[in-house]
Amino acid sequence: MRRSVLGAAAVAMATAMLRPLQLLAGQWNKAAFDAKAVADALKGIGVSATEDSDRIVLKAPEIAENGAIVPLEIVSQVPGTQAIYILVDKNPQPLTAVFEFSNGAEAFVATRIKMNESSVVRILARAGGKFYATMREVKVTIGGCGA
Amino acid sequence: MADQMKIRAQLHGGVADVKILIFHPMETGLRKDGVTGQPVPMHFIQTLTATHNGKTVLEAQWSQAVSKNPFLNFRVRGAKPGDKIMVGWVDNRGDKASIEATLN
Repeated sequence: MRRSVLGAAAVAMATAMLRPLQLLAGQWNKAAFDAKAVADALKGIGVSATEDSDRIVLKAPEIAENGAIVPLEIVSQVPGTQAIYILVDKNPQPLTAVFEFSNGAEAFVATRIKMNESSVVRILARAGGKFYATMREVKVTIGGCGA
Repeated sequence: MADQMKIRAQLHGGVADVKILIFHPMETGLRKDGVTGQPVPMHFIQTLTATHNGKTVLEAQWSQAVSKNPFLNFRVRGAKPGDKIMVGWVDNRGDKASIEATLN
């Protein structure tokens, strides 16, 4: 009796513990997000080469007073864009966000990120298995990673 | 837990413009507690998913470098009044929340 109760409890616990892990597994690209160098982050997301493109439109401040809140707005006009990636070259871990679009979502996203210091902000768009990139220097007055 | 999120979804000519605000510390692990001087552990949203009438439209993965109380704006084509937009997230501790809006 006691054993079966414990057994049931163990199964319930294991199920409860597994659920968040299953949600995360395969969805959050740990290798790419943990990477400390841009090259390793790019490798982690499967980029071998990028093509510079002015069809990725990035709206970002030239000077961000507060590195804790840097607003970015990104539109990819590359036909068939399936995903947009945000990297900040000089952040401790450059890969900041990945957005995958499907079922009618526009290749558009606006969000706010943290920047440790002045850096190149690198935006990639993935379309038809190819990666396109645009880069912009954003100057930061007060760093935002320890904030 | 709706108090952890706000959503505003507006329809503009068949396109749903969705704005999300999430109340979350997005701790980088680099910040030190002002009182104890100890580093505050990493605590950040890792994945976010948005659906339109149950169909996935956006799958996001985030690092700890998305700002505290994350803001997100995205757009979905082919939307009409009565359609439902749902957004949910999971953080590195397994905490989660979601919110839904009906377009009008």
